[in-house]
Amino acid sequence: MSQKIRVVIAKPGLDGHDRGAKVIARALRDAGMEVIYMGLRQTPEMIVAAALQEDADVIGLSILSGAHMHICPRIMALLKEKGLDDVQVVIGGIIPGVDIAKLNAMGIHGIFLPGTPMQHIIDYIAAHARARV
Amino acid sequence: MKSVADPAGTRKQRWEREVVEPTLRKSPERKGPFTTISGRPIDRLYTEEDVEGLDDTNNPGEFPYVRGIHPTGYRGKLWTMRQFAGFGTPEETNQRYKDLIAAGGTGLSVAFDLPTLMGRDPDHELCLGEVGKCGVSVMSLADMERLFEGISLADITTSMTINSPAPMIFAMYLVVAEQQGADWKTISGTIQNDILKEFIAQKEYIFPPRPSMRLITDIFAFCAKEVPKWNTISVSGYHIREAGSTSLQELAFTLRDGLEYVQYGVDAGLDVDDFVPRMSFFFNSHSDFFEEIAKYRAARKLWAEAMKNRFGAKNPRSWALRFHTQTAGVSLTAQQPYNNVVRTALQALAAVLGGTNSLHTNSLDEALALPTKETATIALRTQQIIAHESGVTNVVDPLGGSYFIEKLTQDMIDGTLKYWDTIDGMGGMVEAIERGYPQKELAEASYQFQQAVERKEKIIVGVNDFIQADEKPIEILYIDDTASGVQLKRLAELKQTRDNDRVRRSLAALQEVARGRGNTMVPLLECVRAYATVGEMCDTLREVWGEYEEVPVI
Repeated sequence: MSQKIRVVIAKPGLDGHDRGAKVIARALRDAGMEVIYMGLRQTPEMIVAAALQEDADVIGLSILSGAHMHICPRIMALLKEKGLDDVQVVIGGIIPGVDIAKLNAMGIHGIFLPGTPMQHIIDYIAAHARARV
Repeated sequence: MKSVADPAGTRKQRWEREVVEPTLRKSPERKGPFTTISGRPIDRLYTEEDVEGLDDTNNPGEFPYVRGIHPTGYRGKLWTMRQFAGFGTPEETNQRYKDLIAAGGTGLSVAFDLPTLMGRDPDHELCLGEVGKCGVSVMSLADMERLFEGISLADITTSMTINSPAPMIFAMYLVVAEQQGADWKTISGTIQNDILKEFIAQKEYIFPPRPSMRLITDIFAFCAKEVPKWNTISVSGYHIREAGSTSLQELAFTLRDGLEYVQYGVDAGLDVDDFVPRMSFFFNSHSDFFEEIAKYRAARKLWAEAMKNRFGAKNPRSWALRFHTQTAGVSLTAQQPYNNVVRTALQALAAVLGGTNSLHTNSLDEALALPTKETATIALRTQQIIAHESGVTNVVDPLGGSYFIEKLTQDMIDGTLKYWDTIDGMGGMVEAIERGYPQKELAEASYQFQQAVERKEKIIVGVNDFIQADEKPIEILYIDDTASGVQLKRLAELKQTRDNDRVRRSLAALQEVARGRGNTMVPLLECVRAYATVGEMCDTLREVWGEYEEVPVI
């Protein structure tokens, strides 16, 4: 039996709008993934520490407040520092078009804007999560 | 009318047998399901049989106000067109307010940024990238002075969406009013000040539920004496709905939150009729037109009856539920954003037909960003078109007496009373929140809705059907980090230039009152006058009460 994909879902920053994060957490769990839902107000340090501790394959961030251009670079730098470069980071939320190329350049390619079907996110994660051995 | 006991059945049963069934054999109905957006099943027809036994003696302006709280509806006064706005520095938002007033807006509504809402100064580590992004940054009295520069607080009413730090922000507003020479006895406006829905839905809480409830009853008591025209709370269903509740859950939980505040006020020794007249409500207007109208009508009746019967209120102003409405942000789509103008117009019309007392209409670009000046203007124009062109304001409660609306209204009332029984059985709303009950209800409802969308049982135009591949992006408001730099510099300067001894003394006095039983508004006013920051005041109380941490429910 292949091991389940392990996903850490977190809301960084101060925003409390957690409807999307929770719906996705449940959808990924129902799709057979192991979901670690960290909840609200997580700092980049807390998220990366959880990814390390939980042996996560994927980190899913939900950001609606506009703080993504501060939070994402910090998380990517910390992942590199800890040797977790192969952990896929995906983000859902309100991300202006001008920021998408910048996030891509940091190595974040799974960017899910409002209205994205859950199945699309599930399929993306299943296809892009690092291989488990 | 034939009674149900008649062997031929009721008129509706006969019609279904003799007229509908042959039709269905020839041409079946669409697949359905024929449900509201909240999943409530809807019959194909409502008749007088559905409203049998309903109280039809209701008149506008009379208990229990199902048809409206004003005898003359909108013929006397239109609703207040109150557009929520705020971003960046206080100066930038001040300019937006002046634009809205010039465009015919009749009330202000302040959106604060997340650091302010969470009681943190911009130099705290969690504020990284958040300053001025979702609203305006207000750190101290100095920012409040800038926010209302050139706007006379004696002449305009202001609504402030602030919850955990409501006492601090309200104190700042009062001090600015005082500086302008405005009389606290005559100024009016609203603070949201509704912590229960933060625990349930929006999650902008700081302190645990019980000390949070004390801050709120302190404001009730303070305002009853000092600021008698101020709306001390806006008990909010808006965020509960946005977080995924059904229409019924929004109604039931919001009004039950209202009952909880009244109970805490009474327990704190206040007389119901001294503070309930200043309580107001805030509902969502979502896309299911009739369900929303029924919700507002049901809300008025439920509240009036609860105040009179459950709390023994004698003042009709305690019975009359006044409410603000905002169209549903969550219904807006990032895809084909111009369609959002139509969604918002329909939702706004539902709010007006439901008798809202004030209204915010969302802008077409709000699934993408904060609105631009142009899109905010279209949103305001939408209200003006309903008010001045549609003709719906000529008559009070135009849908009253519709079999469908009356039946839905009664269903909403019955469903709410059931939820109240459950919550009362847990000991109250604070207890229900502590055991995660409303949170679980919302998580379940939002997941069910999302699945219905995935299965295309619910169609969202442009999202899961009628998709357009070649969409051109629209221009949006991009908020950069300029405000953050300005505010961080100001914060450092403020701490250099103010009387720091006075700040320390005032914060110590606040802490002493918080540990005891006095009214926290009194020492807070002195903290504000000393230019203590929102973060400092909240930290002072964090030391006494700690911070709330939720157990996440998914």
